[in-house]
Amino acid sequence: MRIVVCIKRVPEATEALLRIDPSGKKLSEDNLTFGMNETDSYALEEALLVKERVGGSVTLVTVGPEAAEEVLRMGLAKGADEALRIAPVGVEEADPALVAQLLAAEIRPMGPELILTGCMASDDGSAQVGVYLAELLGMPHLSLVVGMEVSSTGEVTARRELEGGVLEEYRVRLPAVFTIQSGINTPRYASILGIRRAASKPLRVAAPPTGEKMLEVRQLAFPPAGKKAEILQGSPAEAAEQIASLLRSRALL
Amino acid sequence: MDFQLSADQKLVQEMVREFAQKELKPMAATIDQTQQFPWESLKKMAKLGLLGMIVPEEYGGGGMDFISLAVAIEEISRVCASTGVITAVNNSLVAYPILTFGNEEQKRTYLPLLCSGQKIGAFALTEPVAGSDVAGMQSSARRDGNYYVLNGAKRFITNGGEAGVYVVFAYTAPALRHKGISAFIVERGYAGFTVGKHEETMGIRATANCELMFEDCKIPVENLLGQEGDGFKIAMHTLDVSRIDIGAQAVGLAQGCLDEALRYSRERRQFGEPIANFQFIQGMLAQMATSIDAARLLVYRAAWLKDSGAKRFSVEASMAKFFASEVAVECARKAVQIHGGYGYSREFAVERMYRDAKVMEIYEGTSQVQSLVIARGLLGA
Amino acid sequence: MGLLELTDAHLRFRDQVRDFAQRVIAPQAAQLDASGTFPIELIRELGARGWLGIPFPKEYGGLGLDCRSYILALEEIAKVCASTAITVAAHCSLACYPIFAHGTEHQKKKYLPPLLRGEKLGSFGLTEPNAGSDAGATETTVRVEGDKWIIDGQKRFITNSSYADVVVFTASHDRTLKTKAISAFLVERGTPGFRVGRHEDKLGLRASDTAELWFEGCALPHDNLLGPEREGFKVFMETLDGGRISIGALGLGIAAGALEYTLEYVRTHVRNGMPMHRLQWVQELIAEAATEITCARHLIYHAAALKDRGAKITVPSAMAKLYASEVGTRTCRRLMDIIGPEGVSVLHPLERFLRDAKLMEIGEGTSQIQKVVIAREVLGK
Repeated sequence: MRIVVCIKRVPEATEALLRIDPSGKKLSEDNLTFGMNETDSYALEEALLVKERVGGSVTLVTVGPEAAEEVLRMGLAKGADEALRIAPVGVEEADPALVAQLLAAEIRPMGPELILTGCMASDDGSAQVGVYLAELLGMPHLSLVVGMEVSSTGEVTARRELEGGVLEEYRVRLPAVFTIQSGINTPRYASILGIRRAASKPLRVAAPPTGEKMLEVRQLAFPPAGKKAEILQGSPAEAAEQIASLLRSRALL
Repeated sequence: MDFQLSADQKLVQEMVREFAQKELKPMAATIDQTQQFPWESLKKMAKLGLLGMIVPEEYGGGGMDFISLAVAIEEISRVCASTGVITAVNNSLVAYPILTFGNEEQKRTYLPLLCSGQKIGAFALTEPVAGSDVAGMQSSARRDGNYYVLNGAKRFITNGGEAGVYVVFAYTAPALRHKGISAFIVERGYAGFTVGKHEETMGIRATANCELMFEDCKIPVENLLGQEGDGFKIAMHTLDVSRIDIGAQAVGLAQGCLDEALRYSRERRQFGEPIANFQFIQGMLAQMATSIDAARLLVYRAAWLKDSGAKRFSVEASMAKFFASEVAVECARKAVQIHGGYGYSREFAVERMYRDAKVMEIYEGTSQVQSLVIARGLLGA
Repeated sequence: MGLLELTDAHLRFRDQVRDFAQRVIAPQAAQLDASGTFPIELIRELGARGWLGIPFPKEYGGLGLDCRSYILALEEIAKVCASTAITVAAHCSLACYPIFAHGTEHQKKKYLPPLLRGEKLGSFGLTEPNAGSDAGATETTVRVEGDKWIIDGQKRFITNSSYADVVVFTASHDRTLKTKAISAFLVERGTPGFRVGRHEDKLGLRASDTAELWFEGCALPHDNLLGPEREGFKVFMETLDGGRISIGALGLGIAAGALEYTLEYVRTHVRNGMPMHRLQWVQELIAEAATEITCARHLIYHAAALKDRGAKITVPSAMAKLYASEVGTRTCRRLMDIIGPEGVSVLHPLERFLRDAKLMEIGEGTSQIQKVVIAREVLGK
């Protein structure tokens, strides 16, 4: 089975001190560390599991600058077979529409049966690329997938999690696009041997002419600091009482 | 000159960092308190290839370079110095001498066991009365038919209580002083070999640091490592290599201290602001960061020399170990200081790091031994 | 006034304490540390000898000696067991002293005799979870209800708290006024609404008692105010001036104890065929340690002598504490290297000393706070 996984290199921002670039339109990359988008790593793991079960190959695709090859190499080290970086000419920041167009143009000739990607990138949180890509490729799409099994007949049984933990199950005929939710599996670590083998796996760069952007970031800003903090007085027991009544009064309990 | 890690080395760094943060960090306080050897973590590490990184693939290893090994040990020690030194010992004090001085049979027998974590290795050089003074060792082995019969005791052996494969040093010809020392590969379970008491130490408490006793222990002759009389040379060369990794362990611990100090100083508020705003704190953070960087460069330089096939790198390895271990102790002291009273409490990781750091100035040659090695290099003696 | 501002009487008293410390305390120190046992019997015995009230007048039950005698005693005890020394120091300098200096005649008559005779133990509750170096941020509150003070809040890292019969502590009448609205109070064990919380598991001083204090609507009689209302900040700043000399004396004692131990070790051990005391690297470490210890001793004794003369000791005590506490840590760290691999083991007291020493850089004002105090005075601000 030919499997394509679309991944993105994102800053690991949970503990970092974020600063806005002088352009005002993106984050400053100084002092940030980068890695594979979290849900993409679940998508990759799912692809590797499918490959291990039914055979085939896994191709990684990303859109981004040369530095983005780090995440491709890590994916190859974990077990993907080949990788493609799409570096459109003259584009600094692509919007979801453009990313999906670039991906579709490169993926279509590969003729994949299964396309997986994370349900959302942790940096911009737009959650659009997977949906967009499916539309451009004319394939069915399931979002927020929390479980899937691929049958030998080319069908996938996949589950989505709805509000309140309700599971919704689908049977999908391939080819199809699935955007994967975190927690679907336990992503593996690359092994030392995997890292060494990755060095000899093909990593191709495509530099297509740019496409059409539909969105433009106007400005990045930190929200003004909130002023609604309230310090509760009294003994720990009294403070606990007050917290409980506050939470109750706001229907948070 | 290029101060960048290669693409592969960066991948190793990223992989081990993620593994260490997710799998080792949550265990570190517990294994320190219970003195529990981290078998579970080691099994996972073996699967990733971290226990035999520098061993060629044909013997079950990862076939990586020494810079990668240093990077891996650094990332592990950043969250758990005990696991860091266990890894360092298995790789550079046990697998490395077997790989370098062992015959084909020995390599085929022992390296796959060490790489797969089926057996952990230990390096038995130190004795009750011979710490830094190797030639002062008392252990001796005499040839008896197809066996060497070993008598003696070893102390402060990292991994000693849990290992399966030991590289043990003993005199085969005491009259020849250091030229009469030989090295043996000893398996757990050989008759006459027992593990003695667990050493009660200040830090690095999860490493099964034990005493070893040999009473007429029979070692098959084929387990002689190198030739009779090669022991001192094997020990010295092996220590040169492993000092790079103790340096890496120290850099990792120091970096872990800086990580904790940075986080705490941004969170802790005194006098109405985060203590990170105070210049005293900034001064300590800056000193930590600068010294860590310097130590890391020394460690990488020594590893790079080893990788590039340099015949002599003793001085550089000693400099790396000497400097980095002092940086580790100083960074741990500062990290506790920045945490104030909380740093003195076992609730915070820096308390453990303070205890773990000190031994780095001591094991595999104290700072004074490193000074002598360096001075000897300078003086051409 | 002879060398180091000590008289023969001082030296005789010191020898008396030294003899007891070496004979009675030293043999149990390692075990107390390992088991984390508070040596209540030992403390009672010190009390019976009058050593829990050394620098206080006989009319209140004290021994009627001066601050130098007290400091000498602390140094001798800290040489063998810093846990015991800090128990004495917290009792005398932090609990008894403020009652003696700021209490009413009634309070002194009521509280001091049993404390100074060692029938009861005292403690000082200043530090809080969010008020460490920034004591002005005290969150424990006091309000008036009828003729009672009502106290609510929590103290943390309080030495002697589980065993104390009397605790001197601080609370704020109005947190927005910071240091201007803090008062000092006395509370006795068993007072309703007052209890001892969690015991701290800590790096060193493990045979001393450190725990939390909780006040939950604790009602105290009006008489339990210590010193003028809202002048608690002054009370404890002055208390800490004296307390710092005692913490410095502990740093000094630990360093001196480490040196004494190491001297004996190098006199009786051989390395590389040489008596260790003849090795130059050993001589270097010992000479440096001895010099620093002597400097620390001068600073400490001088500060104590100034206190005996009734001079203002803010700067001398801060300098003495800053320097002596750092000498404590540095000396242990360096001397451990002489012993080598065994240095980090519990077979030698140095690893305990190194863990114990670190607190002296933190307690009763971190080194950074000492620098603030010193710089403010030196700059004339």
